[in-house]
Amino acid sequence: MPEHEADGQLATPTHEVRDFLHRRREQIAQRWADEPLFRTVFTVSRDEAVEASKVVVDALAQVADSEQVEDPDAAGFSGVREQLARMGAARSRAGLSNTQVASELAALRPPVENLLASDLEDAPPEHLRACSTALTVLMGTLRLVAMQTALSEWQALSDRQRLQLMEVATPVIRLWDGVVAVPLIGTLDSARSQVVMETLLNAVVDQHARFAILDITGVPTVDSLVAQHLMKTVAAARLMGAQCIVSGIRPAIAQTIVHLGLDLDVITRASLADALGYALHELGTDIVNPGAGQR
Amino acid sequence: MHTAAGVEACLPIRSDMDLVWVRQHVRQAAARLGFGLVEQTKLVTAASELARNTLVHGGGGQMEATHLSSGGAQGLRLAFTDEGPGIADLDQALSDGYTSGDGLGMGLSGARRLVHDFDIESTPGDGTTVRVTCWVAQPPRPREEA
Repeated sequence: MPEHEADGQLATPTHEVRDFLHRRREQIAQRWADEPLFRTVFTVSRDEAVEASKVVVDALAQVADSEQVEDPDAAGFSGVREQLARMGAARSRAGLSNTQVASELAALRPPVENLLASDLEDAPPEHLRACSTALTVLMGTLRLVAMQTALSEWQALSDRQRLQLMEVATPVIRLWDGVVAVPLIGTLDSARSQVVMETLLNAVVDQHARFAILDITGVPTVDSLVAQHLMKTVAAARLMGAQCIVSGIRPAIAQTIVHLGLDLDVITRASLADALGYALHELGTDIVNPGAGQR
Repeated sequence: MHTAAGVEACLPIRSDMDLVWVRQHVRQAAARLGFGLVEQTKLVTAASELARNTLVHGGGGQMEATHLSSGGAQGLRLAFTDEGPGIADLDQALSDGYTSGDGLGMGLSGARRLVHDFDIESTPGDGTTVRVTCWVAQPPRPREEA
């Protein structure tokens, strides 16, 4: 077996590191359990942190055994990915930036290196150097794996959030008999404006609406594409017999629309209340203040 | 003569998501420089139009934001660059209602009306660069003579 010292022959550096990890498993785990990364994530008991550390040490030993110390895709790492992701996520929740998490991961290296140095005190200096280089590379790869895991978590999170945003899109609210309103919020890119148009047209049919109010108070920017989407929605609703009112046009937006040279060929009102008032008036329903009527 | 106080940021324009980021960045940069709400909205809208042109007609590119300072006045210059097919007839492209796609044809000409300085360079086959500048409103407002 090449990894054993036989006839004064030294094991390869990575196998030396593997044997060292097996031999010193308990001590390394004890030291790591005191490092912030393990101590603050595994808070139930110190033993829990020690056990978690041992899992990582075993994974490193397995990677060293396969001589793939530079390969983040090495089979040995697959067992700890989930745990690393959990640890990274816990540290992020505690308010640490990615850089801070990375430096906490880096802090795992010195204790192991010191142990290795004291273990190989009697070995030839060049062998010690080769072994500690192998260990450094291995720990660097562990860090890379942890950061990769964190990144893919981020990617999954942002994909989920994008889908959620699509859903948030547009509730259609019935304000009165025959009057529906859609509060538009955020960016009206083409995918979302398609959703807006569909939900609004369905509501027009379902509620027998004669007036549909599109409120753009929550739309930060009205450029020509947003205006075009609005006008298409208005035209489609008109074909179905509903009149559209665009409300919530703020002063800055109004001036911008004028400078852009857009002609919004639709009834507009400054606020949703004004739009509702207009629709009710057109329906022949006027709001009367009874107190004022008596006087 | 105004001096460039440094390039603030260079943002890629490769997807619809990047347009959102461009708008937010311009809004924040303009607010930091002390633009009023109306000027902010105008500049953000112009940036939105131009960035979309860069994406749709230029096939993607980038926006460079530069903080300008002239005398006591603060300004923001945005440069949109693409390496797309370019524009053969600039006068036609800048006229209201002309569109090569299915838009309203108000983007480029509208953006010009929304900013203080507007400058476009285009070489067919090589790409297009549009530079727009807005100054924080404070009398007297410096304007570059063309």
